[in-house]
Amino acid sequence: MSTVLARQNRLKIVSLLSPAYIWLTVAIFLPLSAMLYFSFLSDVPFGDAEWHYTSENYQAFFQTSTYATLLWKSIKLGLTVTVISVLVGFPCAYVLAKAIKGKSREALFLLVILPFWSNSLVRIFCWAIVLRGNGVLELGLNAILPFEVDVNLMFSTPAIVIGLVHSYLPYVILTSYLALQAIDDNLIDAARSMGANKLTILWRVILPLSLPGLLAGAVLIFVPVVGSFMEPRILGGRVGTYFGTVIEDQFVAVFNWPLGAALSFILLAVVLVILATASPALRRAQT
Amino acid sequence: MKNTYLVWAGKVWLGLILFFLYAPIIVMAFMSFNASQYYQLPFDFSLKWYEKLGQNTEILNAATRSILIALATTVIATILGTAASLALFRFEFRGKRFLQVMLFPPIAIPWLITGTAMLIFFYGVGLGRGTPSVLIGHVALALPYVIVVVSARLATFDPTLEEAARSMGADSWTVTRRVTLPWIASGIIAGALFAFAVSFDQFVVSYFLSEPGDSTLPVLIYTSIRKGFTPEINAISTIIIVISMAVMLFAARFSNFGGER
Repeated sequence: MSTVLARQNRLKIVSLLSPAYIWLTVAIFLPLSAMLYFSFLSDVPFGDAEWHYTSENYQAFFQTSTYATLLWKSIKLGLTVTVISVLVGFPCAYVLAKAIKGKSREALFLLVILPFWSNSLVRIFCWAIVLRGNGVLELGLNAILPFEVDVNLMFSTPAIVIGLVHSYLPYVILTSYLALQAIDDNLIDAARSMGANKLTILWRVILPLSLPGLLAGAVLIFVPVVGSFMEPRILGGRVGTYFGTVIEDQFVAVFNWPLGAALSFILLAVVLVILATASPALRRAQT
Repeated sequence: MKNTYLVWAGKVWLGLILFFLYAPIIVMAFMSFNASQYYQLPFDFSLKWYEKLGQNTEILNAATRSILIALATTVIATILGTAASLALFRFEFRGKRFLQVMLFPPIAIPWLITGTAMLIFFYGVGLGRGTPSVLIGHVALALPYVIVVVSARLATFDPTLEEAARSMGADSWTVTRRVTLPWIASGIIAGALFAFAVSFDQFVVSYFLSEPGDSTLPVLIYTSIRKGFTPEINAISTIIIVISMAVMLFAARFSNFGGER
């Protein structure tokens, strides 16, 4: 009887799960394996192209400093955007979680995370209009300030950073807010009644308790920024060459897919190391 | 009430952030109603960019394609995702933890990596670029979101309700249809809206997988921006942002996001 039931259950489990997981395998996991394979080829194995196995795509990364420099540039961009977003976003999450109550809190929270779910490309395009020379920012500043200023941030690193912070800031606000909301107000009151000042409360009570959420937000920002290419392209112009844009070029301009695959895999390795390092904190943030 | 100043400073900070988040979007929308092609002020109200948009078959075709792909993604990802969530909720089996972990790579790995990997693989198996490849990619990206959202809703479901229905003689399909699905309906709707948003706003993966001249709306916008932008793009961008924000507002209503209702 129990074996019949077990078999029936197994059939149900398989029939419910397999469509979704076969789809994920075909569209995500097989492609990643195919990319690993490609990264060890000398040329694409389509048509009658000559190809053989080689590690020269990876050697290219280590022999010339170009790619390593660009990867470091991308990592620095990721760190800059993450640090700014955390510094700007955490106080905002704190205000939302602790200083505002009731219906208006829900509405404001929704308002903060709503842009995040709208089209990222369109939002970067918005900044292109605001930041360009003779653009809205320049006109606006000149209307307010008594002296003439010349603001042309377009095609510069600050423009890329502004655009990326705008894109990913809601992440850290979201995760910090959820963590802060879980902190019992009585705990803060208790610390205060025992004579702790505001800084001590922040440093010894609030930060440690909300750290998992803060870290989760930081990782969620850092990872996509390291792999970004569209934002640097639109807002950075000529200074917008990063590791991501080089990978993009291999696939859409230079057509050196094996090299692109190798570079993608190096990027993936960086991402995985970061996710693995942060995973204990991420797991705590989940619960 | 020493705290008042701090609270006020905090609220001002929140206001500044909201300004930072919305000002560029409002500027862009504003400019789509401005007659000047070079975004010149003073503002001169005009609907001409929207009229031009109505005649631009390239953009309209891309918009239609984007919407159709997003609808197909929504249907497929919602059905497959809900089925998987039900199995993950109802049964204990070996490897379950592994299957749950498998949902993270599509969300966590940068889309640049996923997109280029899909391009290589779909070329390798002879499918190449084009709408079918884009659809396969979008469903895979949307599936984890559906499973996470529906599972979160299922977590609030009391399994003894299923047992009760079963003990009164309902077969398992009836139990699912009459007891479980109605309970998690709001989760399924939220998941479906998330899936639509993931697909409709997807740029990176579509960019690598769509055929030139046969692209989705975001891809077309990207190539147009790089050629030099016109207020026509503002007009279509304004429409896109209104659609995706409306979809997400609905999703937030159904998924009970950010507070109890």
